[in-house]
Amino acid sequence: MRSMFSFRAEGDEFIPPSSKDFVLPPIFGDNEFTTKPIFLVIFSVIIISIFFIAASRKASIVPSKLQFAGESVYAYVRNDLGKDIIGHEFMRFVPYLFTLFVFILTNNIFGIVPLIQFPTMSRISFAYVLGIITFGVFHYVGIRHHGIFKYIKDILFMPGVPKPVYILLTPIEIATYLIVRPLTISLRLFANMFAGHLLLMIFILGGEHLLQGAIGLKLVSPFAFAFGIAITFFEFLVQCLQAYIFTLLTALYIGGALADEH
Amino acid sequence: MSHILIAAGGAPNPLLPHSAEIVVGFIAFGLLYFVMLKKVVPMFEKAFKARTEAIQGGIERAEKAQAEAADALVQYKEQLSKAQSESQALREDARVQGAAIVEELRAKAQEEAARITAAAHASIEAERQQAVTSLRNEVGALAVELASKIVGEALDDQARQSRIVDRFLEDLEKSK
Repeated sequence: MRSMFSFRAEGDEFIPPSSKDFVLPPIFGDNEFTTKPIFLVIFSVIIISIFFIAASRKASIVPSKLQFAGESVYAYVRNDLGKDIIGHEFMRFVPYLFTLFVFILTNNIFGIVPLIQFPTMSRISFAYVLGIITFGVFHYVGIRHHGIFKYIKDILFMPGVPKPVYILLTPIEIATYLIVRPLTISLRLFANMFAGHLLLMIFILGGEHLLQGAIGLKLVSPFAFAFGIAITFFEFLVQCLQAYIFTLLTALYIGGALADEH
Repeated sequence: MSHILIAAGGAPNPLLPHSAEIVVGFIAFGLLYFVMLKKVVPMFEKAFKARTEAIQGGIERAEKAQAEAADALVQYKEQLSKAQSESQALREDARVQGAAIVEELRAKAQEEAARITAAAHASIEAERQQAVTSLRNEVGALAVELASKIVGEALDDQARQSRIVDRFLEDLEKSK
């Protein structure tokens, strides 16, 4: 879409990509359920489901290549993010952690998949949704595990702390549990994807713009493209890392809610 | 937030959620969670469990086979040592019995020899006696005949005849 603008803007001032480029218009009329990010999210659910159902459908002792691929991801989330962090009750949360990981990972990687090239999580709504679910899950788990009064008491008055410290600690704890945790977990994911996509746009669109400029600028443009490609690799790392971090933090929060001492 | 707004020159605030996206986000994530919960996770867990059991079962089977083999070995060793001690006992028995048999046979042979010797002695004695008797009779008859011839007196009286012969023989023996 930008490229069409750029062609038209040939010779004009370079318009740097902005948050406008993340607001994609509805594809069908003005139905706002038909935007690209929404289609991407639905598409991600479909391809993830197909892949993992195919991988696990005939799961056997000796795995096929497909099963091995799906199973490796599953086993990684199950053991490294679930078992090691949550502890003996981890199995209840594995479906959630696994869904979270593959959902975020797939939607993030959309950012560098040719023709798709849009990280869904750069739309903060989706990051908020996941943050809210995680927020709900870990509080629910904590309340179920400790009982509502003990859970709230443990948050308000962290055990094993001298009484005067509560003046300082209690507001921090309240803010941590109610605002900071769901907000930071969402914002971290969103901001990484947003910034990464912005960075890619700057180099790719900038290179394109340079190509349409004077001869001197044309010579410089390959460097911009090369850098764009380098950034793409870097983005792949960030995309995987963010999926990992989101899932890891969720597991940590759940583990913390289940722990007997905060 | 505001600096993004300003920098973007009236661009929309990217931190504000979009209601359609929120709705779709929840539904999409919920659907995916459902698929994972019902279809994917149970199958993978089943495979993991089967794999764990296969490995554990294999180890258990191997351990059992090993234990069985060890048992069999102990049994065989026991049987072998039993057989060895049995054969040892049999050999000892046979040796003792053999010795007894040899001893018995020797005693029997000695007895037999003694018996044969005794029989021979008896028979010799009897024959000697017989010879002595017959000799005495013959010698007596001859002597009587001779004497009667010489004396001319018929010594037909049996008692006298024998007395004379006896006296004659005694004299004969004394004179030797």
